[in-house]
Amino acid sequence: MSAWATRGRQPGGLSLRLGGTLVALLVAAAALSLVWTPFPVNAIDVPHKLLEPSLTHWLGTDPLGRDLASEILAGARISILVGVIAVGIGLLFGVSLGLIAAAAKGIVEEAIMKLCDFTFAFPALLLAILLTATYGAGVVNAIVAIGVSNVPIFARLTRATANGALAREYVLAARAAGRGPLAIAIDHVLPNIAPALIVQATIQFAIAILAEAALSYLGLGAQPPQMSWGRLLADAQAWMYVAPRLAVYPGLAVALSVLGLNLLGDGLRDALDPKLRARS
Amino acid sequence: MLLSVADLAIDLPTPDGPRRVVHDVSFSLEAGDSLGVVGESGSGKTMTALALMGLLPDGAVVSGALRFEGVDLAGLGERALQKLRGDRIGMIFQEPMTALNPLHRVGRQVGEPLVVHRGISRAAAWEQAVDLLGRVRLRDPERAARAYPFALSGGERQRAMIAMALACSPDLLIADEPTTALDVTVQARILDLLASLSAQFEMATLLVSHDLAVVARHCHQVLVMYGGTVMESGPADAVLRDARHPYTRALLAARPRAGAPRGERLQAIAGAAAPARAEPRGCPFAGRCPLTMDACHAAPLPTIELAGERRVRCLRVGPDGRLA
Repeated sequence: MSAWATRGRQPGGLSLRLGGTLVALLVAAAALSLVWTPFPVNAIDVPHKLLEPSLTHWLGTDPLGRDLASEILAGARISILVGVIAVGIGLLFGVSLGLIAAAAKGIVEEAIMKLCDFTFAFPALLLAILLTATYGAGVVNAIVAIGVSNVPIFARLTRATANGALAREYVLAARAAGRGPLAIAIDHVLPNIAPALIVQATIQFAIAILAEAALSYLGLGAQPPQMSWGRLLADAQAWMYVAPRLAVYPGLAVALSVLGLNLLGDGLRDALDPKLRARS
Repeated sequence: MLLSVADLAIDLPTPDGPRRVVHDVSFSLEAGDSLGVVGESGSGKTMTALALMGLLPDGAVVSGALRFEGVDLAGLGERALQKLRGDRIGMIFQEPMTALNPLHRVGRQVGEPLVVHRGISRAAAWEQAVDLLGRVRLRDPERAARAYPFALSGGERQRAMIAMALACSPDLLIADEPTTALDVTVQARILDLLASLSAQFEMATLLVSHDLAVVARHCHQVLVMYGGTVMESGPADAVLRDARHPYTRALLAARPRAGAPRGERLQAIAGAAAPARAEPRGCPFAGRCPLTMDACHAAPLPTIELAGERRVRCLRVGPDGRLA
């Protein structure tokens, strides 16, 4: 009880709350767009093209008369989808590989870490281009590319923190009680490295949103009619001088989401790190 | 014979190649008996204990024969060792503060060996854990089982560790400095508890300690280690009453005595503890021993068998068993 009570008064409290609010807004926007948007998404209405923001069209309309606010709301869905699945792929494979590396040691550890280094040298963008060239453009390929690039990040973090946890005396005590390596990894190592993984996952989520926007902007991600912030930015490019708000608002949506997730990650780090907790 | 160790040697990997930290260690332990292993830090006593569990650090090389109920432990695979650990051989560690996982309730951890070895459900293991916590005389075992380790004191945690080690009623309990991290008053109670439980569970105890007094009070047999090898061994009362090895004598002389005149200085052993060396040559204590001869530095140490199951390794001990 007291641990929770003191948590609010920590230096991390503000970023936790601000980040949490922004992320909650992002999720709320995506959820809302599933049931309601001010105008139907992708509804072309040429007579009302390039309208300035008003009470009817909160953020104005684009050159085809589509409502920008509706499109941004709908774009949040893809951002969250990409973030969740890409981070999920990274966590699933990265944590497994990292745990195997830490538990096996020796040649297996060496091999897994070299594989990670190799994947690290391969930017997500390059991988996305490769996948697009082979299987065609689409949001699934973008997710796979971002997810794969997450794997080595989680594998490295898991191995490093798991090595720390494995050196603890309670792991030796668990081995002395006759527990096998898998049981120890799941029961003793994973819960102890979870805070670090949660913080990293939040940050990777932000990076995934940015990466998806970048890939969609380049035409390697979401394809019409799928709405995505990156696509909105790409569409806005030709109208930059006529209606800069077409680029500003989707850009703001990306920036606020990434900021929110980074703040949340920061706040979580402060809240979950026992060393920081002890100091305050 | 429950446990017999012959010519145990342990090499640990270091950046400069393997280093021999334990050599020429032999002892045996009957079922229900107790053996105290005494020595300074770095004398190899913990490594000897870990070798019995197969829990040495990665890359450690063990040679010699380690037989538990006649089965050579060195020949067993990891899976077979896992079956022994926590079931037939229990172990208690030095630091009760860090040997329990801070994220799991005490009751779950105490019952863990039962889930692993007896295959019973977590709920049934919990019931037994509460019972075990009562047997190690923790007040309010129900509450202790539900608590997380941080809520217990050092002594309470060590009792919980003992309960965990006893869960499957092992034949052998290895206690590696179980009281070093505890207050003196708590120490005595934990050791008395260990003694009564080992009688109750009819298990043999291997007590590792740097405290001669602790060993004298709680063990039948004693093994005095220095520099990775055995200096003297035998029945505890005989060895402590009439020590033959200069190192054992120095250890005994360094003990604080009750009733000593005020202001009397404690006897120290001159010099620093010898590091275990790569090549055991001569006596590791030679540099600090008041009776050192030239031969002590060069010759391999003979083991002299004395009457009454005693052994001593010293060139200065004559054929009559007297220190010359």
